[in-house]
Amino acid sequence: MADPGVALDPTSAPLPGPSAVVDPREPRIFVASQWQLMWWRFRRHKVAVASALVVIGFYLVVLGADFLAYADPNASEAQRSLMPPQRVYWFDEGRFSPHVYGVKGARDPQSFKRVYVADPERKISLRFFAEGFEYRLFGLIPTTRHLIGAEGGPGSAPAVFLLGTDVQGRDLWSRLMYGTRISLTIGLFGVTVSLVLGVVLGGLSGFYGGVADTIIQRIIEILRSIPTIPLWMGLAAALPRDWSVLQVYFAITIIISLLGWTELARVVRGRFLAMREEDFVVSARLVGCSQMRTIFVHMVPSFMSHIIAATTLALPAMIISETALSFLGLGLRPPAISWGVLLQQAQNVQTVAISPWLMLPAVPVIVAVMAFNFLGDGLRDAADPYGR
Amino acid sequence: MLAYIGRRALLAVFTVWAISVLSFAIIQLPPGDYVTSYIAQMASMGSVVTDEEAQNLRIQYGLGQPIYVQYFKWMRLVVQGNFGMSMEWRRPVTEVIGERLWLTVVVSVAALLLTWVLALPIGIYSAVRQYSVGDYLATFVGFIGLAVPNFLLALVLLYLGFVFFNAHIGGLFSPEFQDAPWSGARAWDLIKHLPIPAVILGLAGTAQQIRIMRANLLDELRKPYVVTARSKGLPEARVILRYPVRVALNPFASTIGYTLPYIVSGSIIVSLVLGLPTVGPLLLKALIAQDMFLAGTIVLLLGVMTVIGTLVSDILLVWVDPRIRLEET
Repeated sequence: MADPGVALDPTSAPLPGPSAVVDPREPRIFVASQWQLMWWRFRRHKVAVASALVVIGFYLVVLGADFLAYADPNASEAQRSLMPPQRVYWFDEGRFSPHVYGVKGARDPQSFKRVYVADPERKISLRFFAEGFEYRLFGLIPTTRHLIGAEGGPGSAPAVFLLGTDVQGRDLWSRLMYGTRISLTIGLFGVTVSLVLGVVLGGLSGFYGGVADTIIQRIIEILRSIPTIPLWMGLAAALPRDWSVLQVYFAITIIISLLGWTELARVVRGRFLAMREEDFVVSARLVGCSQMRTIFVHMVPSFMSHIIAATTLALPAMIISETALSFLGLGLRPPAISWGVLLQQAQNVQTVAISPWLMLPAVPVIVAVMAFNFLGDGLRDAADPYGR
Repeated sequence: MLAYIGRRALLAVFTVWAISVLSFAIIQLPPGDYVTSYIAQMASMGSVVTDEEAQNLRIQYGLGQPIYVQYFKWMRLVVQGNFGMSMEWRRPVTEVIGERLWLTVVVSVAALLLTWVLALPIGIYSAVRQYSVGDYLATFVGFIGLAVPNFLLALVLLYLGFVFFNAHIGGLFSPEFQDAPWSGARAWDLIKHLPIPAVILGLAGTAQQIRIMRANLLDELRKPYVVTARSKGLPEARVILRYPVRVALNPFASTIGYTLPYIVSGSIIVSLVLGLPTVGPLLLKALIAQDMFLAGTIVLLLGVMTVIGTLVSDILLVWVDPRIRLEET
């Protein structure tokens, strides 16, 4: 939905560069390529640009999860169960020296709950690029360096818990980093499968029309009128219990995308229908291009941008679906870590009331969903730079 | 008009059929058949199933015969209202589901009504007073509603209610009405508990409908006939409500059909968080315990209910809007 308040007239595109002649705008507009126009249009949508940066940030986390984490996400320790987030002190007596206070755990004699008291005497300084557990950066380079780490090296007991710990005493920050990796890639794979289904079926529907169109449209209507969550739950619950993490991961991806392709197919079909009668398509056909060539060389490039926008808008639904399924315990199962798996611990309101930081994994879910939505909106507006 | 309704009804029949196949698939997917798990279940309880009993069950469900025969046998039982036995509860599935199905319907319909009641006036306001504080506020709340998955919203509200009011805001009944027979007092108690789940379930749909209504109405408001009406000296409320709103209602109404499946879907997972006595928690338990007749029946009934709801809203739509009647025939 183009916001009518923003000036969308391409001739008023802001113009960088000092070499302004009399009115350099018009010539630039006329010689600019389509992608150039889209980029100009997109750049004007400030929220979308900011969202694009957020999304890039998220995928950097996906790439560097092990670097950003400072503790083994699966190392559990009953002694550190449900530790609250530590406060970071950035200065020590006027000097920049980030540190946290050491924590003493004790059992409350009345409620038998573990309580933690910060010990201001024991300062644990944080160091950047500290040594930690071993991993392979980008899956290739073996290293032990992490963005931050506590003084004392990998041998001593871990003492930093920026976001606290969960019931099993696992560090929430580190788990969140790994969860981001799984949650965002599952969305990406899911959307890819949906995209293939959507483009093939939507393309068939839009290009050939007739019986194929009718059948595919009815299938889409049927799929859209079925409540999806119970169906997903049923299918996900039927996955064999002894499957490996990887198998479950792919099965869940497929289950989610099987029901998620309808919107993409609708967009693709609409584009095909709109374009089938365009002059350049008709001439391509008259000149004797094969059908494949007409579709892939002439038609697809001209609605590529629309597909990209629709794909971006489909991602949040994928992320939410995975989170919801895992939250119910039917999606990814521990030891896999995803946002939904992390949120499982926040199911019980009593637990959450005592340890509210367990709800923190909801924050990246919401931020990611919003960022993808705004980005998709911006891309959709930019996808058609000639309009309004 | 009849042709249109006929077409929708035919599609509904196909949808129900698709749902029944999918539900049957869910029942069939886990390894082992119903009777072997039934025998194992009985044995674990200490009772023995005689060979004759097992044989009768096998014949009743057509086990061992081709899969489509089993499907038809199951369908025949379903049509007679016999949904099989719940293994976990060792009672007929219909008894286990009981009033939970109706409570699911009540919650979903409440959320749907709330969506309309909120989205319509807010959408009109947002369009008429474009870029006002209220418009920005509605847009902002709308984005929150779209971006926050409803089960997380439920979780956050539950947490806030617990921390700030020390009250449990979940559930559909006060404790004293939990298992009470139906009465006026119990119904009133239900109505008092409905708003919170309805708001949580309806928020995302409301946000979407507000955006649709706002965009449609903005398009209409710029048209010359509105200027004409205004220049003739009609009062502003009449200028807006009488014509552009009615035109803008059509695309708004046609998306309502897709809202219901979405709400029913959401109700499953929100019920789990809020502890609502709907079919949601029952479905999850059944799936985890591999109590497949119960799970399959819930999926089937939910699907059928949704289809009926959508069909009803479609028919209402034709009745309200003459253009569809003329267009679609």
